[in-house]
Order: sequence, then C-alpha cells, then structure tokens
Amino acid sequence: MPPAVHAFIVAFIVLNVIIGMVTYVTLLERKFAARMQSRIGPYRVGPHGLLQPIADALKLMMKEDVVPRTADRGVYNLAPIVFLIPCMLIFATIPWAPGLGIADLNIGILFFLAVSAMEIVGLFMGGWGSNNKYALLSAMRAVNQIISYDLPFIFTALVPVVLTGSLRLSDIAAAQQGFLGWFLFYPVIGQLAFVAYVVTTLAAENRVPFDILEAESELIAGFRVEYSGMKFALIQLGEYAHVIGTSFLGALLFLGAWSGPGPAWMGPIWFLLKAMFVFLLVTWVRWSFVRIRVDQILAISWKLLLPASLLLLMATAVVVVLRGGAGA
Amino acid sequence: MDPEARKVIEMGYGGSERLTMNMGPQHPSAHGVFRAILTLAGETVVGVDAVIGYLHRCHEKLGETLTYTQYPSIASKTDYVAAMTSELAYVRAAEMIGKIEVPKRAQYLRVIAAELQRVASHCLWLGTWCLDMGGALGGGATVFLYCFREREWVLDLFEALTGARLLYGFHQVGGTRYDIPAGWDRKVRDTIDLVERRLDEYEDMLEGNAFFQARTQGVGVVSRELAQAVGISGPLIRGSGVNYDIRRAEPYSSYEDFDFKVPIETAGDCYARYRVRMVEFRESIKIVRQALDGLPTGPIASRPGVKSVGQVRIPKGEAYARIEGARGEVGCYLLADGSAKPYRMKWRGASFSNLAILPHILIGCKVADVVAIMGSVDPVFGEVDR
Repeated sequence: MPPAVHAFIVAFIVLNVIIGMVTYVTLLERKFAARMQSRIGPYRVGPHGLLQPIADALKLMMKEDVVPRTADRGVYNLAPIVFLIPCMLIFATIPWAPGLGIADLNIGILFFLAVSAMEIVGLFMGGWGSNNKYALLSAMRAVNQIISYDLPFIFTALVPVVLTGSLRLSDIAAAQQGFLGWFLFYPVIGQLAFVAYVVTTLAAENRVPFDILEAESELIAGFRVEYSGMKFALIQLGEYAHVIGTSFLGALLFLGAWSGPGPAWMGPIWFLLKAMFVFLLVTWVRWSFVRIRVDQILAISWKLLLPASLLLLMATAVVVVLRGGAGA
Repeated sequence: MDPEARKVIEMGYGGSERLTMNMGPQHPSAHGVFRAILTLAGETVVGVDAVIGYLHRCHEKLGETLTYTQYPSIASKTDYVAAMTSELAYVRAAEMIGKIEVPKRAQYLRVIAAELQRVASHCLWLGTWCLDMGGALGGGATVFLYCFREREWVLDLFEALTGARLLYGFHQVGGTRYDIPAGWDRKVRDTIDLVERRLDEYEDMLEGNAFFQARTQGVGVVSRELAQAVGISGPLIRGSGVNYDIRRAEPYSSYEDFDFKVPIETAGDCYARYRVRMVEFRESIKIVRQALDGLPTGPIASRPGVKSVGQVRIPKGEAYARIEGARGEVGCYLLADGSAKPYRMKWRGASFSNLAILPHILIGCKVADVVAIMGSVDPVFGEVDR
C-alpha cells in the first residue's frame, strides 16, 4: 500500500473516531459533573443516558439555522469551519501506537502547538461576524487570553522535548518506557511541568476558571451567542476536539502515552485511558472553581506562569546538560 | 439617565472606543428582570443606567382592594424568595394600628418561620451569587446545586407547616394561622444541624480558593459614609461596618428573648458582605434552636381563625412596621379607615433601597465585577418593582 493511501485511511478512521469520541466525552463530562454536584446527570435517553449524545446531535442537526440580519454573512458562516479545522488537524501528528499515526512528523509537537493556536482565527471571526456586542467583547477577550497563555503552554510542553531531545512525538512517547520512566515521575521537574501543563491547558481550552470568553453569566455565551443549529454544533465539536487533543498530548508528554502492562495491542487503550484521566483532571478543576476576571487572568499569565514556565524550561535544560545530554 | 449626565460620561472618557451594552432585562445574571445599560470603555464600566419596573404588579393598589385576611398571602409575592418576612411586616402594621395582642407562642412561631426563611433565602443568595461568578458551566453551578439542596430541605419544613413551599400565608392578624404539626420540631432540629455542617463545607470550598478571593476582595467597596447616605440596609450596611439590625435596635416579636450576634465587617467589599451573611446563617440557626427550646404553650392567635374574608376590622389610624428581612429593612405602612381593608398601603422594599447603591459602585469596575457586585447586593425583583 502506498504511504499516501495508508495515511488517508488512517486519517479517515481517526477523524470519525474523534467525532464519535467528542459526543461521548460530553456525556462523560456531564456524568462526572453530575456526580460532583450530587445529581444523576443524563438518564432518560437510553440506559443511564447512554444515547443522550446521539439525541443531542440529532437535535442540533434539526434545529433552525438562524443568521442575524446584521451579521457579516461571509465571515459569520465561515467561522465555525475555520474554527473546526485546526481543532481537528492537531490529531494529525499524534501517534496512537508505535508506527500507527497519520503523519509522524519530525517536528510533530511544533505542528501541534502551532495549529492549536490557530483556532483563535475562527474564534475571532465568529465574534466579529456575529455583529453582537457580547460576541465582540468575547472575541477581544479571546485574543488577549490566547496570546497570553500560548506562551507558557508552549514552554511547559517543551520540557519533555528537552528531556527527550526530539520534537517527534513518537520519540517522546518511546523515551518513557516503564511506569517510572514517565516524565510525570521525573524528579521535581516532571511534577511541576505537569501541573503547569494542566493549568495552561485550562486556559488554552477556555475552560473555567479561565473561560472568560464564554462567560455565560456575563457575556451569555460569548463569541457563539448568535450561532445555532449545526454551526453551533461545529463550534462545540471543535472545542471538545481541542480539549481531547490537548488531553492526548498531556498523556503523551507526561504519562508515557501507550506504555502500560499487557500486550502491544493494548497500547492505544492505555493511551486513551490516560488521556481521559487528564481530561477528567481538567474537568474536575472546571466544576469546582469560580471564573476569574480578565485583568487577573492576564496578570496570572504574564507575572506568574510565563516566568515560572521559562524558569522551569531553563532548569530542565541545565539538568539535561549536567546529566550528559538528552535522553540520558 | 438624562441627556446631560450622559454627555458628561461621553465627554469624560478620553478614548475613542466606547460601547453601550444592554445587560438585562433578560440576562443570565440579571437576578430577575433588572436592566442595566452599561457604557463600557473596553472592559471597564464608565456609565450605568439602571432600569427597573419590569415586574410591577400594582402591589400597593392591590393592598387597598384586599382585606386584612386576604392580603397576607399576597404579601408573600413581593419578596418571593423570603415570603415570610413581608407577611410578617404586613400583619405587624395591622396589629400596631389595632393594638392587637399577639400570644407569646405565636411570636415564637413567627421568629422560627422568619429565621428559617432567612436560612433559605441566604442559601439562594449564595448559590446564585456563585453562579454569577463561576458560571453555569463551572464551579459556580456546583455551589448553586449544593445550596439548592439545602434550601429544599428548609422548604420541606415550610411545606409541612403550611402546605406551601414558596408563598405561605402563614401569618394572620393577631397571630399565626397554623400551629406546628406533631414531630415538626424534631425535623427542624435535624435539618438545621445538617445545614450547619454543610456551611462548613461551603466555607472550605470558597474561602481557601484564591480565585474566589480575587473575585470578591476589594470589589464593589461601599464605604461607611456612602452606605449611610444611600440608605442601604441589612447585610450590606453591616458589611460596611455599621452596626444596625432592627432585630436588635427595635426588637419585635420577642426577639429580645434570644441571644444572638449581629455580625459586622468593616471592609465593605463583596467578601465582607459574604462573611456577614455566612455568620447570619449560623446566628439564624442558633435563634431557631433557642425558640424551639423555649416554645411556650398556649394559643397561636389572639383572634379566631380565618373564617370569612371580611372578619378583621382595624380601627382608624396609621402605622409603619419594619422588620429585619433577609435582605434588609422591610417596611410596611398602613393607613386604616376602620373598614376591613386598608385605605392606603406602602411597601419599603429592602432590595429596592439596596439597589440604589449600584450606580455608585459599578463605575470603574470590569464587566465581570458587575455581576459579582449585583449578586452580592442580592436583589429580588418582586420586591423592587412590587
């Protein structure tokens, strides 16, 4: 089979699996949040609400697609797609098992970070094109926040890169063999980097306590306040795909990706479980904190997270040099 | 806002980007139907134009057309979150004009109802306030649902007492309409014990949280002078360092029998108001315990029970009764002409007077602070618009 065909087949499968996963991850989050809040959560559609995501998706497809009269139609209609594409593209470089992935680029992590930062374009288009004041405020907040938080996010994600000495994601995964080989268990640096990663992930994914651009108690729903039906579904899909993507990246960078007991075919399952662990960690924070203010969010980023993550990266580099090179 | 004042705002701000944004009357954190027309410079509020009246139901006119037996159950609808307080204010005004004696047992029952109502009302305040700050899709919703769970238990108690969960009609001129059912005091004790334990959980969840502190400390500061000049009352004025509680300053319904503390905080910010209410929670629970312990026997009303709508006649006269509601001073002015209906009635809503503080403290805040401050004021729009 030519490599292009192989990549195409894998990409097709991955894309559909991700879309299916997104729907069920929403159910997982709702059930998890319900437990935290002493509720039951979705329960009516199917046993234990298992068919709820399907019902939601069907409902969104059948809803009327309302376009505000004063909206900038071109920008407004294009925004959900522009938002969705980078959120899906980030899965392109993630290796699901040794040798199983769409494209194992030698700059895989760079590709991931660059593409994931591109979601801001669609987001801003949505906020601007809706011609709604809440959406506009939200878009302004979004640009502020993404610029501030992508830097510490990148710096913390670079810590495993420095430890491994490679930008290729499969190399980073392969470097963490055995339970104690995970970068999470790298003395001091690993734990600090993981905490910083979770915090910056929250901000990069716009989740509480950093969800100021959605902020439904202030800005109703922020940039997507005017979206309905399938366009809303696309934005939602993109948002959750982004969350899942960063959860997979977190599992890959710090939790050893597919390493785990059992035969080799168990690898992707372990990877999935670890990614869900990271996802639930983020969800746990989301459902127990209050949102912070836009000026405080910037202060935390520029005054605390950015210097801290830079220092951490430098310390990692020093440790690596002292121990005689990357991978040692 | 009048055109001249708006011009000052428009001229006063030197920047070129200014946004007039409508917050409410339909907004997730409008707490009902409050409409604030905000003028924003970026994210900062430079002008506030508050619009009320969307829930106006002619309550005061209604008071003139309904008899002294009928109106108490309608009085509940002014402040529907703390319905017991407005009923109490109304019947007290009527009792003051008619110089009607209220039996000791009825007075204690009124205190128990009022304090349980305060607990229920503060539960709702804490939940919705955190919902404003934390969002319906975040930690705020968690606190909100916890608080609602506790509020439901208190409402269950009211249901056992009066048969209703929101608007009770518990009071009547000369006493209360219902006596407590068998086993009710046991249930009350269990419930308030549980609520008291849950209060510790809320405090653990919120006070140690740096984000919660960042959102509330130093936000929406009301100075002592401003508080007194505007005439706010209740937890707001106590959060600004003024020791004023009608239960203490002018005891009614046997409040002098109970031992309780009036919490005072001096900072005047949202966090101070939060602390005042958290202590009030516990003090209310203490008062309920004392009232249950010392509940006297005897009749629950000095007048016969309600048989016909026109049976209560109040002699000519006028009176202003004020009580300490969950949100502050709830006052009821009645002018009686000797018939079965008052000639004129007037409400002093605590939320209405407290809301007047908003334009003073919102200027210069961020948009996110607007909802935090509004939540800390805790307005109920049934009481504002009446």
